[in-house]
Amino acid sequence: MADSQNMNSRRDALKTMFRGAGLLGLGGAAWGSTAIKLKASELTLRPPGAIKEDDFVKACVRCGTCVEACPYDTLQLATLDDHTAMGTPFFKPRLIPCYMCPDVPCVPVCPSGALDVDVIAKQIDGIKLEEPDINKAKMGVAVLDQEACLAFWGIQCDACYRACPLLGEAITLEFKRNERTGKHAFLKPVVHYDICTGCGLCEHACVTEKAAIFVLPRKIATGKVGEHYIKGWDKADEERLKNLKEEKAVKSSPEDELNDWEYLLDDE
Amino acid sequence: MMSNIIKKNRFIILRRTIQIGLLILFGGANWWGWKFLMGNYSSAYVLETFYLADPHAVLQTFATGFVMSADAIIGAVIVLVFYALIAGRSFCSWVCPINMITDLATWMRKKWKLTKKESFFTFSRKTRYWVLGLGILLSPVVGVAAFEVINPITMLHRGIIFGFGMGWAVIVALFLFDLLVVEYGWCGHLCPLGAFYSATSRFSLIKVKHDVEKCTMCMKCFDVCHEEQVLHIVGEQSGYIKDECSNCGRCVEVCDDNALKFSINNYKI
Repeated sequence: MADSQNMNSRRDALKTMFRGAGLLGLGGAAWGSTAIKLKASELTLRPPGAIKEDDFVKACVRCGTCVEACPYDTLQLATLDDHTAMGTPFFKPRLIPCYMCPDVPCVPVCPSGALDVDVIAKQIDGIKLEEPDINKAKMGVAVLDQEACLAFWGIQCDACYRACPLLGEAITLEFKRNERTGKHAFLKPVVHYDICTGCGLCEHACVTEKAAIFVLPRKIATGKVGEHYIKGWDKADEERLKNLKEEKAVKSSPEDELNDWEYLLDDE
Repeated sequence: MMSNIIKKNRFIILRRTIQIGLLILFGGANWWGWKFLMGNYSSAYVLETFYLADPHAVLQTFATGFVMSADAIIGAVIVLVFYALIAGRSFCSWVCPINMITDLATWMRKKWKLTKKESFFTFSRKTRYWVLGLGILLSPVVGVAAFEVINPITMLHRGIIFGFGMGWAVIVALFLFDLLVVEYGWCGHLCPLGAFYSATSRFSLIKVKHDVEKCTMCMKCFDVCHEEQVLHIVGEQSGYIKDECSNCGRCVEVCDDNALKFSINNYKI
């Protein structure tokens, strides 16, 4: 009798345990998948000085201090319907671009390190200073849709070029003869990815109905050639090859056969 | 008469003043550029001199593997020490803006006489500790502070200060849950932040003290308490109210016999 009662209570205990584990699993799965969905933010433009996106969504405490520090109301905090990690700061340059304040007020107020002065630190002779340099910001990069750009039609428009805070550096104009008319020129805007900060002043200034030049996160808008391509005509890139050789030389033993990279270097 | 009403509601008046006052200070930072209190309940920049941070949010961030800057960590320690050693779980009833939403739900529940029997279902008040643990465990898995992405407290704050978007739907859902589904459903059963402060503030200095000699067993305190289980000593033995008590002071206000009072913990009983 006592035994069967014990059996029953043990069975009940097991049942309760399994039920609890089931509920916990259910809750965890539902919660986890919601969280993953809610942090998806591939197409989001972050404030200047933002660390890597994956780390950014971990680090940001969603306090909005950067939003309050922004004098132009550029930054906003994502709500449920903004398709980015809820409560994190972002901006839409077509509405309000980043006006690139020289003192970058949004960055030093960040308590968590999600916005880090170090990312945009001013450099003198390669030494990083404590102060920010807004021109170092890489919020995104301007991408041009040639089909929708008036300048590519041959109509004179240099709104983006004029709006660019790094005028003549981040966007330059390329002059080309307009064969269609035979007497005009194209003044085609060209974005230089290494200089563009992604502030979006060009997108904001673009006169077309839907901006023909627009800022995308660098991760989306840029490609990558790969380490194994080296610009033979570029001194700095050639240096990379030297470093590679030294590294390999340390690793490989002398009796190793010629590797493909050594083969490429071989003058014969 | 008037003074009696005030006396009988003195803590609730003070609590609402603080809760709304904080919202106004936070709002002022965004709307009018005030510098008293910038940020929100997760992290606030006070008088442009130091930061406060939500220790639960910082803990989740740690769990994701990201080490926050010293500002946030020091801010979290200040807050944790304040509640754990001094004020108890008082964040929930004196600071948290969701408390006003759920209190409204409770008030309407009482007005409409929706008693516990009208609850669709009941579940353990201990559930919140599981939610707390689950949130910490999930954070490294999903690579983001798991509770912070769905946190209705900061969602309400952001809604008021920066604009709601669709966020209001979550707040309405939470209100209806408390009103129609489970009594004290969110704050008393689910919220992991409440669980966090309950778990850490066991030895806080400020506690409600019960004097069994004076108690007439009128049960008024049980009627108003949002965490009835903490009143298990009432009418049985003198001592301090512990566990999930949020130091809201409702029981102190309604007690006509002076049997419940705010007091300093002597750590003996």
